[in-house]
Amino acid sequence: MSLLKEPLKEIHKRLSEGDCSAKDLVDLSLKRIDEVEDRVGAFITVDREGARARAEELDKQLAEEGERGLLAAIPAGIKDNICTEGLLTTCASKILANYTPIYDATVMKKLRAAQAIPVGKTNMDEFAMGSSTENSGFHLTRNPWDPERVPGGSSGGSAAAVAAGEVFFALGSDTGGSIRQPAAFCGVVGLKPTYGRVSRFGLVAFASSLDQIGPLTKNVEDAAYVLQAIAGHDPMDSTSADVEVPDYLSALTGDVKGLKVAVPRELMGDGIDPGVREQVLKALRVLEGMGAVCEEVSLPHVRYAVETYYLLAPAEASSNLARYDGVRYGVRAPADNLMELYYNSRSTGFGAEVKRRIMLGTYALSSGYYDAYYLKAQKVRTLIKRDFDQIFEKYDVVIGPTTPTTAFRIGEKVDDPLTMYLNDICTIPVNLAGLPAISVPCGLSGGLPVGLQVIGRPFDEETVLRVAHAYEQQAEPLPEPPLGGDRS
Amino acid sequence: MSISKEQVQHVARLARLSLTQEEVERFTVQLNDILRFAEKLNELDTEGVEPTSHVLPMANVLREDEVRPSWPREKVLINAPEQKDGMFRVPPVFEE
Repeated sequence: MSLLKEPLKEIHKRLSEGDCSAKDLVDLSLKRIDEVEDRVGAFITVDREGARARAEELDKQLAEEGERGLLAAIPAGIKDNICTEGLLTTCASKILANYTPIYDATVMKKLRAAQAIPVGKTNMDEFAMGSSTENSGFHLTRNPWDPERVPGGSSGGSAAAVAAGEVFFALGSDTGGSIRQPAAFCGVVGLKPTYGRVSRFGLVAFASSLDQIGPLTKNVEDAAYVLQAIAGHDPMDSTSADVEVPDYLSALTGDVKGLKVAVPRELMGDGIDPGVREQVLKALRVLEGMGAVCEEVSLPHVRYAVETYYLLAPAEASSNLARYDGVRYGVRAPADNLMELYYNSRSTGFGAEVKRRIMLGTYALSSGYYDAYYLKAQKVRTLIKRDFDQIFEKYDVVIGPTTPTTAFRIGEKVDDPLTMYLNDICTIPVNLAGLPAISVPCGLSGGLPVGLQVIGRPFDEETVLRVAHAYEQQAEPLPEPPLGGDRS
Repeated sequence: MSISKEQVQHVARLARLSLTQEEVERFTVQLNDILRFAEKLNELDTEGVEPTSHVLPMANVLREDEVRPSWPREKVLINAPEQKDGMFRVPPVFEE
């Protein structure tokens, strides 16, 4: 019995048949963490005591009530920029190294209501700024497929934890690809919901007009389960949309007959590694075999997306990160006066990439440059969004690769911010347009996972999930990452 | 447009960051690279295009102005680096 490999539906069944308990599941997860964590480094904090206590309490509750939540007894990893009451939440930043939230993010309240069990907080690029998790203020996370390679980022810990079988699923956040890119690099499923679908209350803000929380899972069905649990309007987040949440599981029909698929040539061109392109083309043939109609289209402004993003996101970040001043929470550096307190706390607390983005954003917003950079980028954002609006008048989904390459080597891009930024070329346009998108594994290239990205209309996660699920049913499953050990 | 070392130092002051000489040198080169890269946006004619600050078609979200329970003071101060008499403590703001 290798429970850690099983889909959530199967766990649900075994739990209700009394085949396993919450305690068994938490023990399995913690045992696997003991076994592989020194080689993966997915977690910043593992809450053994809390998880065991919750499991015990839940087993009693389940025995008495019989009623089971959607994610009952499922051990989960939570990205360390999501506030967890009473549990350290650092954003992988030294400036928050001692921060313990006094409240739960709305997604945490919802996970707890669905009876999931958080076992720990996962590593990430500091304040979610990065594409490799190398910008963590604490330690590296290694890709379970190759310890010399990055897991992607910024939700690299969440992706690695799921790929390594340390947890059944994890939550991440995605501002420019931070769920989908690490999911692609680690061979797992990653879903970024429509902007506004999931509450951002309690998610430490990076770029507020782009950030969105979503699941990283072993398969598409599990992603539907987790989205079901966390989606919905929240009065505590005024940008959360008051839109009805459909039944995502019933969307997984396996039927894509007649589906109209747009394949943007801008995301299949020279910048895309041939091995990645080949796997994506194979996946498109699989979908065509099932009756989908794939056509090449053009999204002419998508090639300006990275430039647009790297003005807008740092501008929003520079404003959001002004709150770290050493006064009310976080690490305070020694100082003789208040101004020195700000300077010292921020200069010692933030890492290089965070400083770089604060500088860039402050400059783009500063007097005399606002129109040339920030306003210009906001206008191009409109053009990028219009490209998608027009395509979605005729097509149901847009499909392409999630990333231009497979996982790169640790250290390869860390000193060259621009090259690192260009790795987000396929995912960034989706955030700028606020759309839902999923990355689903589509084979290996050079022994490393490739991700297929399915992008949908606003609030049409159902179609995105349906297409990814239908493809997954037909695709050859990935082998296990070569970590060894057993997951039973 | 390019950004000088002096501008980097000015922006750092606006952002309340004190940079080492080495950081100033490095950021000057890197910010110039990134800004030169971003200038590709000038290829596009955006005359008359509305800026997008937010993708959702929503304006101000209002609610009733009602008194609701809040956290107790002790709880709010849990993460305070320094506190005194139920308040956040900071170094002197004004000279005596």
